[in-house]
Amino acid sequence: MDILGERSYRVFGRRVAGTFVVILLLAALLMGRLFYLQALRYNHYSTLSTQNRISMVPLPPARGFILDRKGRVLAENRASYTLEVVPERVQDLPRTLRELGQAIPISAESLSDFYRDIKRKRPFEAVILRQRLNAEEVAAFAVRRHQFPGVEVNARLHRYYPNAAVASHLLGYVGRINSKDLTRIDPDQYAGLDYIGKDGVEQAYETELRGKAGYKQVEINSHGRVVRDLERLPAIPGKNMTLTIDLDLQQIAEAALAGRPGAVVALNPANGEVLALVSQPGFDPNWFVNGIDQVRWAMLRDDPDHPMNNRFLRGVFPPGSTLKPFVALAALNTDVIDDTHTSVSCHGFFQLPGSSHRYHCWRRSGHGSKDVLGAIAQSCDVFFYTVTRAMGIERFYQNLSYFGFGQPSGIDLQGEKRGVLPNPAWKRKRYKQPWYPGETIIAGIGQGYNLSTPLQLARATAVVANGGLLVQPHIGKRLWDPLTGKQQTLAFPKPVKTPFQASDLALVQQGMALVVSGGTATNINGGPVPIAGKTGTAQVATIRRDASGRAQNSSLRALKDHALFIAYAPVQAPKIAVAVIVEHGEHGNTAAAPVAKAVIERYLADEAVSSKTLERILTSLHPATPTASSVSAAGGRE
Amino acid sequence: MSAWIARVMQRMDGGLMLLILLLMLASLMTLYSASGGDQAVVVRQILRYALGLTVAWVVAGLSPANLRAWAPLLYGGALLLLVAVAVLGEVRLGARRWLDLGPVSFQPSEIMKLALPMMLARYYAQREAPLKVGSVLFGLLLMGIPVALVMKQPDLGTAVLIATAGMFVLLLAGCPWRWFMGMTGLVAASAPVLWHFMHDYQRQRIITLLDPQADPLGAGYHIIQSMIAIGSGGFWGKGWMQGSQSHLDFIPERQTDFIFAAFAEEFGLFGELVLLALYLAIVGRGIVIAIESNDPFSRLLAAALSFTLFIYVFVNIGMTAGLLPVVGVPLPFISYGGTSMVTLMVCLGVLMSVRSHRRVNL
Repeated sequence: MDILGERSYRVFGRRVAGTFVVILLLAALLMGRLFYLQALRYNHYSTLSTQNRISMVPLPPARGFILDRKGRVLAENRASYTLEVVPERVQDLPRTLRELGQAIPISAESLSDFYRDIKRKRPFEAVILRQRLNAEEVAAFAVRRHQFPGVEVNARLHRYYPNAAVASHLLGYVGRINSKDLTRIDPDQYAGLDYIGKDGVEQAYETELRGKAGYKQVEINSHGRVVRDLERLPAIPGKNMTLTIDLDLQQIAEAALAGRPGAVVALNPANGEVLALVSQPGFDPNWFVNGIDQVRWAMLRDDPDHPMNNRFLRGVFPPGSTLKPFVALAALNTDVIDDTHTSVSCHGFFQLPGSSHRYHCWRRSGHGSKDVLGAIAQSCDVFFYTVTRAMGIERFYQNLSYFGFGQPSGIDLQGEKRGVLPNPAWKRKRYKQPWYPGETIIAGIGQGYNLSTPLQLARATAVVANGGLLVQPHIGKRLWDPLTGKQQTLAFPKPVKTPFQASDLALVQQGMALVVSGGTATNINGGPVPIAGKTGTAQVATIRRDASGRAQNSSLRALKDHALFIAYAPVQAPKIAVAVIVEHGEHGNTAAAPVAKAVIERYLADEAVSSKTLERILTSLHPATPTASSVSAAGGRE
Repeated sequence: MSAWIARVMQRMDGGLMLLILLLMLASLMTLYSASGGDQAVVVRQILRYALGLTVAWVVAGLSPANLRAWAPLLYGGALLLLVAVAVLGEVRLGARRWLDLGPVSFQPSEIMKLALPMMLARYYAQREAPLKVGSVLFGLLLMGIPVALVMKQPDLGTAVLIATAGMFVLLLAGCPWRWFMGMTGLVAASAPVLWHFMHDYQRQRIITLLDPQADPLGAGYHIIQSMIAIGSGGFWGKGWMQGSQSHLDFIPERQTDFIFAAFAEEFGLFGELVLLALYLAIVGRGIVIAIESNDPFSRLLAAALSFTLFIYVFVNIGMTAGLLPVVGVPLPFISYGGTSMVTLMVCLGVLMSVRSHRRVNL
C-alpha cells in the first residue's frame, strides 16, 4: 500500500472504530429503553395488557316468581331483546346514538333513562338503550352492526304480570332504578341490574326476589368481540315466592266491587294469612316495567278515583258503625254492660247531662229498649253513646287498642298507615287542645277522630271471629330456591291473646250473627254459608238528613258516605274474616255487604254460588227499575 | 459430494451464515406465534429465505471488481427508474413508489439503497482522505438527487435510510469533521423549514411519538399497543406462543413492521439481548471483513453496508418501543416480507464477496 493509501486506511480504521462505538451506544440506548419498558414499567404494561383483553361482564340474576297459594303465577319473567351500549367501547357516543335512532326508533324517554343509567354504571357495563325490540328492529340493527362498535342486541328477561291489573296494589311493580332508589340501595348488589321493586310484594320482598348478580370474565380482542369465557361466577337467581293470597278470591272481590273505588281485605282469622287484598281502581303493573309512558302516567295521575292510591294499606277513614262490636266488647270487659241484662232505651237521641245538644240516632224515631245483642243487630247509636260515656275515653282507648286500632298491623308490606285511635293525650299532642266530653260520645260510634284502614278492620274482626286472638296479618307464605328446591316457610309473630273473656266474645259473636239474620244486613241473609257481620257508614261530609235519617242532597257521588261492612263466616268455627269499603257507596248493607258475601261464598261454597251473588250485585248497580230487594234494603244509614 | 458442497459454499462466510440462520430461527418462531399457528406463513418465509440465500450466493460469487464496474450503471439505472416512478408511477396507498411491469412490480428505491453506497464507494475509493471540498460536494449531489426523488414519493423513511448509507460512506471515506458537524448543524437548524414541507401524516407521526395518548384509538394506537406488548413481556417474556397481545389482534402489523413487539412480548428482555447481540455480531463481522479487505472500494462498501444494517435495526426497534416516530422500516431478516429480504441478502452477498475475494498477504 502506498503512503496515501495508508493514510486513508488509518482514517478509515479510526472512523470505523469510532462509528462502532457509536453503534454500541445506540444499542445501549435501545436496551435502556427496553429495560425501562420491561423492568421499570412492567407492572403498568402488564396491567394494561390484561385490561386490554379482559372484560368483566355482569350476569344479572333471574328474579323470583310470585305465585298465589295454589301455585298460580302472579308475576314471572319473560325474554325479550334489548338494545344495549357499552360506553367504553363507543368512540363518539352522541353520533352513534343519532345514527342508531335512524335505524331503530328510540323515544326521548328511553334516551333520558339511558343517560341517567350511564352515570350510575361502570364504563364496561352494558346500558340499556331500548327494550322489547321486535324482530324487524333486531334485523335492522344486525345488518348495520359493524357500524356500531360497542352496541349490542341482547336477550334479557323482563318482568311480566299475566293477570294485568288484578292484584296490582298487592304485587306492586318493578321499574328502572332511579336516583331516589340509588340513595337507599347498595350499588354492589345492583351491578348489572336495572330494575328494583317499587311497591307491594315486589318491594317488600325485594332482597329475596332479586337474587345476586354474577360475573363473567371474558377475553376480548381489539374489536371488542368476546373471544372466550375465562372465569364465571354464576348469578344466584332470586327465590320464588308463594303468597297466602288466593287468586280466585282476589278476582271475585275485584269483580264484586264492579268498578267502584274501594278496598277488600280477607284473611284467615286463625293465623292471619291474607287471602285477598284488593284496592280499586288498580293499574296494569306491566305498564311500569319499562318505564311508563307519559300518556298513561297522565291518565293515572288525573283520574279522579286515584288509581295509584293503595286503599287497603293507606286508605284511612272513620270506621263508623263497624266499630260497634268492638265497643261492645270494651263495655263488657269493663263491666259497663252486664251481659244481656243491661239495656238502654233509645228515643232517637242522646244528651249529655247539663247540655241541650242532641246526638241523634240514625233512626230518629228511636229503637226503644235494646240490649247489647239488639243494639249491635240494629246498630243503635244511642246505646253506644251511652255505654261509651259510661266507660270514659281512657278505658275506651285502652280496650280498643287490644284490637290493633291506632297501630300499624305490621303486615309484610311497606308504607302502612296507622290510623288514629283518639284519646286526650293524643289530642293534646296533635291539636294542642283539651278533650271534650262530646268527643267521647261520637268516638263510641266510630266517628270523630277515629280513623282506620280496611286492614285494621279485618284484623279486629278476626279477634272476634277466632275467640280473642290478635293475629299478625301477612301475605308471604313460603320462599323456595329455584336451584335446590329447598323451601323456607316464612315465620311471623304468633297471635297474641287479648284480655276479653270467652263469654263476652260469644255474646258479641251472637250479636254479629244477628245483624245478618235479623238486623241491618238481612239483604245478604240466605245462601249456603251463614255469615256474621256489621254494617257501617263513614261520613264524608255533613249531610242534611230527613226525619228517618235518610241523607238529602246526596245526588253528588262525591258527597255520598262510604259504605262499610265487616264479616266472618261460617258463624260456627269461622274460617275467613272480611272487611269491605265501597267509597261513596252510601249504605253498608246494600253496597258493601254483598261484596263480602261474594268473597265468602267463593271461599267456603263454590264458584257457582258466588257467581250468582256477583250477578245480583251487577244487576243492582244498573237497574232498569228498582227491584224489591233494593227497596227494602235501602233502610237508612247504619 | 462433500467436496463439491465445500467448494460451492466456500464463498459463503461461515460466521455470517451462522448468524443469519439464528436470526432465521427467531423469525420463524415469532412468525409462527404471531400468525396464530399459521404454517403457510412459516413456509412462505422459509421459501423467501431460500430464495434470498440463493441471491446472496450469486452475489457472493461476483467479485468486488465486478460490483465496482457495474456501480455507475446500477446507479444511473436506478435514478432513471426513480424519475420514471415520479412521472409514471402507480399510486398505491397514497404514495407513488411502485412501478408496475406487468407480472412484476417493484420499488426502485430499494435498488437505490444499494446503488448509492456502491456509487459513492467507487467514487471515493479513488480519493484520499481527507476529502476535498469538491469531492464532498459532488458526493452530496450524487446523494441528494435520488434522496429528493424518494422523498417526493413520499417515502421519508427510505429516503432517510438511503441518505444514511450515503453519509456513512462519506464519513468513512474521510470527510473532514468540520464539514460533518456543519452539515449536521444545518440539518438541525432547518428542522422548522423541514417541518413546513412535511406532509400532514408525517407531522402527525412526530406528534404521536411525543404524546401517543393524545389519540389512543387512532394515531397513537400502534405505539401504545406496541409498548404494552413489549412492556408486559418483562424480563423473560410470556413464553413462546403465549403472547396475548399479538394473538388477540392488538398489535397491528405484528408480522411485518411491528414484529419486534411480538418477539419482545414472548421472549422478554433476555430474548432481546440475545437478538441485539446477534445483530451486533453481524455488524462486527461485517466490519472485520471491511478492515481485513485491502481494496478501498470493498472496505468502504462493506463497512457502510454493515453500519446501515444496524441503523435499520435501530430505527425499527426504536419505533416499536416508542423512541422514534413510526416509519415503515421492517426488522432485518425477521420481518415477514419479500422486498427487504432480497435487498438485505444482496448486502449479505456483497459482504461475503468482499470476504472471499480478499487477497491474503503472506
